[in-house]
Amino acid sequence: MTEQLPISEPPQTAGTAFRLWDSFRADRAALVSLIFIALVIVLAVAAPLISPHDPYAAINTLRNAPPGTGPYILGADSEGRDVLARLIWGGRISLLVGILPPLIAMLVSLALGTVTGFFGGWVDHIVMRVLDVLFAFPLVLLAIAIAGSLQPGLLTEILAIMIVLLPYISRLVRTATITVKEQPFIEAARACGATEAGILLRYVLPNILSPVIAYTTTLIGLMIVVGSGLSFLGLGVQPPAADWGTMVSDGRVALSTAPHITIFPGIAIALVSLAFNFLGDGLTALLDPRLRRL
Amino acid sequence: MKTYFAKRLIGAVPVLFGVSIVVFFLIHIIPGDITSALLGPMATERAKAVLRQALGLDQPLPVQYLKWLGTVLTGNFGTSIATSVPVSTLVFPRFVNTAILAVASLLLSLLIGYSAGIFSAARAQSVFDRSTMSATLIFGSIPPYWLALVLVMLFALRLRWLPATGMTGITSDGGVLDVLRHLVLPAIATAAAPAAIITRMVRASMIEVIGQDYIRVARAKGIPRGVILRRHVLRNALPPIATITGLQLGYLLGGALFTEVVFAWPGLGNQLYSSILARDIPVVQAAVLLIALMFVLVNLAVDILNAFLDPRIRIS
Repeated sequence: MTEQLPISEPPQTAGTAFRLWDSFRADRAALVSLIFIALVIVLAVAAPLISPHDPYAAINTLRNAPPGTGPYILGADSEGRDVLARLIWGGRISLLVGILPPLIAMLVSLALGTVTGFFGGWVDHIVMRVLDVLFAFPLVLLAIAIAGSLQPGLLTEILAIMIVLLPYISRLVRTATITVKEQPFIEAARACGATEAGILLRYVLPNILSPVIAYTTTLIGLMIVVGSGLSFLGLGVQPPAADWGTMVSDGRVALSTAPHITIFPGIAIALVSLAFNFLGDGLTALLDPRLRRL
Repeated sequence: MKTYFAKRLIGAVPVLFGVSIVVFFLIHIIPGDITSALLGPMATERAKAVLRQALGLDQPLPVQYLKWLGTVLTGNFGTSIATSVPVSTLVFPRFVNTAILAVASLLLSLLIGYSAGIFSAARAQSVFDRSTMSATLIFGSIPPYWLALVLVMLFALRLRWLPATGMTGITSDGGVLDVLRHLVLPAIATAAAPAAIITRMVRASMIEVIGQDYIRVARAKGIPRGVILRRHVLRNALPPIATITGLQLGYLLGGALFTEVVFAWPGLGNQLYSSILARDIPVVQAAVLLIALMFVLVNLAVDILNAFLDPRIRIS
C-alpha cells in the first residue's frame, strides 16, 4: 500500500484559507470593522509614541475647555487634561478589558465544554448544574457582584468578566461537542483505533472551533460595553488611570457645561463594540458552511 | 401540562439553592478581613473581634450559611451595616421601583421592536427599512449608561422637558403622574438596546415567512399585499412575546442597573451600587439575591407560559 486513496486527502489548507479570505473580503462591513479594530489597537499600543499630550498633565486654566481649544483637539476634561490623549491611553485598558477576558473564557470553556460534552457522566452533570446556577444571574448583575466583592482594579474587572462569560461559551461548546460526537466519522475514527483523547483533539475540536470563535468575537463587542460599564461604576481601574468608562463617568460633573468630556469616550465605546459585532456577524456567516458562498 | 409545571417548579429549587450559596460566598472572596474593611485601618483588634462576633463571622462558614439562609427564607435580611436599619425595609420598596422601571422598559422595547420590525419587513430594502436597520445597529452597541447621560444632557439640562433625578416612589406625594414623569428618560435608556435586538428578530422572522412557498402561492392568487401580510405572514412570523421577553430580560435588567445609577432611580441597582461602595454586605447580598430571584421566577413564568401556548414544548 504505497498509494493513498484520493478520498482520504484532506482539503488543501492553504487553498481553504485563501478562499475564506476571499469571501471575507467580500463582506464589506466585516472588512471595514476589522481594519477599524486593527487601527484602534495600534493606536492604543502605540499610545506613548502618538499621544499628542501627557494624559495626566492637567492645565488648570484649560478646565472643561471645549474641543479645538489651543493644543487640545477634543478639548480638556474637568481637571484640564487632554481628552484625546486620555482616549488614546484609555483605549489600552478598555480594549484589554473587552478582549482579554472573552479570550481566556473561550479557552477555559473549550476545555470545560468539550470534556463534559464528550465524556458525559457525573462530571458533566455537576459542571452543568453549576453553570445553571450562574445562568440564574443576569450577566451584568453577576459581573457587578463579583467586581464589587473584590478590590476595585484592572485584575478584578478582567476576572469578573471572564467568570460571567464561562457559562455562555461553555454551553455552546458542550452542545456543539455533543452534536459532533454523534457523527459517523467519529465512529469511523474509533473503529480505526483512535484513542478517545485523540478523537477529541483531532476530530471534535477542529469541528466546533469556528462557531465558538465567531460567538466569542460577538461577546467581545458586548464586553467592551460591560467592561467600560464596570469602570463607569468605579469598580475597575482607579484614578488617575482612566479607560473610556471612567472617562464617561468623569464627565458627569460637567454635563451641561462641557458635554464633550462624556460624549467622546462614549462614541469610542459604541464604535469599537459595533465593529466587533460586525466582525462577529461576518465570521459567523463566513465559517458557517450553510451561509457560505464559495 | 401539570407534570410539566411540576417538573419546572421542582427544577428551579436546586437552582435557587445554588444562587443563595453563590450570593452568600461572594462576600467571602473579599481579600483580607471584612471587619478591617468596615472599621478602617485604625480599628483596634478588640473592636474588630466585637464586630466579628456581632456579624457571626467567628463561626464556621457552613454554619454561617445555614443561619443566614434560615433568616433569609423568612424575609429577614439582617441589619444594614451602613445605616443600621433592617435590610428588608431598605430593599423591598426599591424592589418595587426596579420592577416599575423594568416593566416599563420591557413594554417600551416590545412596542418599538414589534412595530419597527413589522414595518421594516413589510417594506424590506426600502429607505425606512435601511434606516431602521442602521438605527438598530447603533442603538444595539450604545452603552446604556452613556445613552442615559446623553438623554439627561438633551432633555433635562438643555430642553428642561423632563427631570433627570429626584424620583422618590409610587407612594410619595407626587403619586403616579410624578413617577411617570421621572420614568420617561430611564425607560428609554434601558429599552433602547433590547428594542434594537427585538426589531431585528421580528424583521428576520417576518422575512423568512415572506420567502415561503405558500406566500408566493397567495401572491399568485392575486391576494392584495396588505391582506397577505396581515393574514398569512404576521400570524406565522411573529415570535411569541413570551419567548422574546425571556431572551431579553437579562439584558434589560443589566441595563437597568446602570440607568438606575445615572438617574438616581431609587431601585435595587442603585442600592446595590451605593452598598458596594459602602461595603454594606447584608444589603449587597439582599439586592443581588432579590434581582436574581426576580430573574429566575420571570424566566420560569415565561417557560411555563410558552409550554401553555405551544403544546410541542410540554411534550418533549
